Amino acid sequence: MNNKAIICKNLTKQFGSFKAVDQITFDVDSGEIFGFLGANGAGKTTAMRILCGLSFPTSGEASVAGFNVYKQQEQIKKNIGYMSQKFSLYENLTVVENIEFYGGVYGVSRADIKQRSSELISTLGLEKEAKKLVGELPLGWKQKLAFSVAIFHKPKIVFLDEPTGGVDPVTRRQFWDMIYEAAASGITVFVTTHYMDEAEYCNRITVMVDGKVEALDTPTKLKERFNTHSMDEVFYQLARGAKRSGD
Amino acid sequence: MKQLLSFVHKEFLHVFRDRRTLLIMFGLPIVQIVLFGFALNSEVKNIGIMVLDNAHDINSQQIIDKIATSSYFQLKEPAQSYRDIERKFKAGTVKCALVFPAGFGSDLFHTGKADVQVIADASDPNTATIVATYLRSIIADYQQQLNPNAGVPYRIIPEVRQLYNEKQNGSLNFIPGVIALIFMIVSTALTSVAVVREKELGTMEILLVSPFKPLMVLVAKAIPYLALSLINFIIILLLSVYLLDVQIKGSLLLLFAESILFIITCLSLGLLISNVTNSQQTAMLISMMGLMLPTMLLTGFMFPLENMPWIFRVISHVIPSRYYYIIVKAVMLKGLGFSYIWQETLILIGMSAVLLTLALKNFKIRLS
Amino acid sequence: MKVLRFILQKEFRQIFRDKTILAMMFAMPIIQLIILPLAANFEVKNINVAYVDQDHSTYSQHLISKIGSSGYFRIVGNPLSYKGGLKMIEDGTADLVLEIPQGFERNLVREGSQHINISVDAINGTKSSIGGGYLIAVISDFNSNLDVNIKSPNGGISSSAYNIDVKSTNWYNPRAEYKYYMVPGILVLLLTLIGGFITALNIVREKEIGTIEQINVTPMKKWQFITGKLVPFWIVGMIVFTIGLVVMYVIYGIFPKGSLLLLYLFAAVYLVALLGLGLLISTFADTQLQAMFVAFFFMMIFMLMSGFFTSVDSMPGWARQISNFTPVTHFISVVRLIVLKGSGFAEVKTELFYLIGFAIVLNSLAIYNYRKTS
Repeated sequence: MNNKAIICKNLTKQFGSFKAVDQITFDVDSGEIFGFLGANGAGKTTAMRILCGLSFPTSGEASVAGFNVYKQQEQIKKNIGYMSQKFSLYENLTVVENIEFYGGVYGVSRADIKQRSSELISTLGLEKEAKKLVGELPLGWKQKLAFSVAIFHKPKIVFLDEPTGGVDPVTRRQFWDMIYEAAASGITVFVTTHYMDEAEYCNRITVMVDGKVEALDTPTKLKERFNTHSMDEVFYQLARGAKRSGD
Repeated sequence: MKQLLSFVHKEFLHVFRDRRTLLIMFGLPIVQIVLFGFALNSEVKNIGIMVLDNAHDINSQQIIDKIATSSYFQLKEPAQSYRDIERKFKAGTVKCALVFPAGFGSDLFHTGKADVQVIADASDPNTATIVATYLRSIIADYQQQLNPNAGVPYRIIPEVRQLYNEKQNGSLNFIPGVIALIFMIVSTALTSVAVVREKELGTMEILLVSPFKPLMVLVAKAIPYLALSLINFIIILLLSVYLLDVQIKGSLLLLFAESILFIITCLSLGLLISNVTNSQQTAMLISMMGLMLPTMLLTGFMFPLENMPWIFRVISHVIPSRYYYIIVKAVMLKGLGFSYIWQETLILIGMSAVLLTLALKNFKIRLS
Repeated sequence: MKVLRFILQKEFRQIFRDKTILAMMFAMPIIQLIILPLAANFEVKNINVAYVDQDHSTYSQHLISKIGSSGYFRIVGNPLSYKGGLKMIEDGTADLVLEIPQGFERNLVREGSQHINISVDAINGTKSSIGGGYLIAVISDFNSNLDVNIKSPNGGISSSAYNIDVKSTNWYNPRAEYKYYMVPGILVLLLTLIGGFITALNIVREKEIGTIEQINVTPMKKWQFITGKLVPFWIVGMIVFTIGLVVMYVIYGIFPKGSLLLLYLFAAVYLVALLGLGLLISTFADTQLQAMFVAFFFMMIFMLMSGFFTSVDSMPGWARQISNFTPVTHFISVVRLIVLKGSGFAEVKTELFYLIGFAIVLNSLAIYNYRKTS
């Protein structure tokens, strides 16, 4: 019985002669909070896009929620949630309308949509803003809303691409509380970030450098390995020889 | 100065990396020139014509033969009745018909007079008028043939000379029109969008915080489009000369100078537009819809200005391309000198000055 | 399908909140239908003629007055020499110069023929070439009247023995007004803009913002997404078409002679074809700027080649082929046929097949090209 949410073996994505993702191998357990760290340009987003079914790998194998990334993309999509760097909520639709739309697209029944959305709105404290256009919300709330929408249909795995960019530390903490809750309810969380302190919040992390996975372990063990107390230092040690940084 | 150059260099890179837009930008004038030069003309030929010949005699046949050999017409199968004609008209394959009455030939020889009916599909009025004229002249010709002795055929023979266009290349006035249009697209629309894009992306503020003067920022943004416009201009000129066999009659230097002036006018307009909006979409819509349409309509190269209601003619005085059009026609196609176009030049200079000042002022206000 | 309902709901909400689209739906038809026909007038009148009369005879004066009273021409000057006339063309006062040489009347009577010169400002395009044609027509009219009135040198009966009288009738547009020709064409232009342009921009905007990626990650099927985009804009297009028809009637008094149902059928199919084109364009463009350019490029070619401004018949063979491959051409021709001539289904069915063909091809290409996974 396979308890692995994601399995990757020698996964590669090549653009011409450029290897954005170079033979990465790792797996993610169900219910885990898995951090995907790396500098900009290291290949994190490309890897994630493959796992989400947005991009075909050049070679290697991978399965997400038990489905093959080459042949069963639509199945994968039914079982995952996604939150992109740009948040991707419709700015000219209201909070309620956005929830309704994505709920409907993922096949949540109208009754369930109604019930869950009112729960969601009260949890987030957005009662007064429910009928407001998303474009009018401040950044922190948009981001929390986007996350909630991403897991609205209770997917097995949720992919988060740099979800905390640009928000204040308090909001970031709150966001991570939400992530913990999701993981506790059984959703596997796959999150990319370049904030090293967030690495501490994950069960396990990998560090990508120049398209390769340079480390795969729990934050504690990594800090031991590199003999340091901060993830920043771990990252620095791993990444300083990097040829690619910055998009 | 070195900083400005590196800034300009960056802008060039932006522009030239967007291959698709570039492709269209160069493709546009080429396609327009080819189309206008070879495919579009207001001449009337190959008009489908049907003949309802109730006479079936030599005379009607002779006239039909003349029509068959005329390049103006394309003779379709004969009609058996008015209904036939109506049906073909309704299908749009035939645009006119000639009807001979039953006793055509015999009437002609016994009484010296006979009638013939021309039916024109006037849904396109110009074609209808011209078609009627052609048919009349074919019939008049035939009548002439019948009357070799009677009276003296006092023939007034008009000889038409096409000025400025000895090679008879359709109508050349579209060339200045195409040039003006391209300049507007590149210099106004693209520039305004480029500047607004920086605003949207947020990088504009970074630039403004830099040691660059605001004026420099705008200038640097505008320069690549100035260059593009000029390249396009040269392409159009080359095409006109080599593909369409058009002669540039006037001074090339004057032409270039005036074109640069007009490009500056367009750039100023583009910069002004970029000041009033923060969204790319709006900038695009204003430039393309708001400016392009009036430019095409009111410059005078597509539709004659004299035919328009006075309010349009008044508005056309505010449109810069109207003056550029006059200038290019005069210099490039008629070979006239500066003395003929100094007024228009002055107006363009005035417009550029006003627009630039407005743009700059506006820009500074927004900064503070 | 359930998912489709959610998609349509979202699209409609977005469209009605987008002020630009609303403005286009209502303002555009009205503005274009009013302004364009006023400006886009190919009617040729007020052709400025300058004449140089070196003969000053009865004939020359009769000819001049005939020209002046024909209704097409405006006599703008009587320069003393050809040079003077040329100057008038140079500064734009005159479109044509007519030169009547010295000895015009005398040569005509004595030798039976006489040349006269017409110099046309060939850069002035339409006006001058058509103007030249009209002038020739007026002159030949004058000519034939001459024959009837002049005595021949032999003193015999000089009127031609044979006289063919040409009666001409105009069908479908008795007063030969240009607006009947242009207005239906403008209706087509409107639909073309909505179908091709706006759809492309809308989809590319979603690309730019990133919401398309969000959609690609969901289990939404391709056909659902595409239908979700096409249907609302199709409805918008049909609304605009209706508004256009109303405006056409209210302002110009043009009511389609033929079947309204047939007209709507064509509009419906045409919209589908154009929407397919818009969709196709959106798969090629990454930014709104590119989309706008590509769309503009195609729209321009279509409009120029479609018979909207210039007639398709007068195009060279290769151009006519291209024109045939343009959906706009067929639709314009049909709209004119149905509105002005009352053509029925039998007469226009070929065009319908063309349009259906376009709709199928364009949409299939678009669907094929649209990739959820790259």
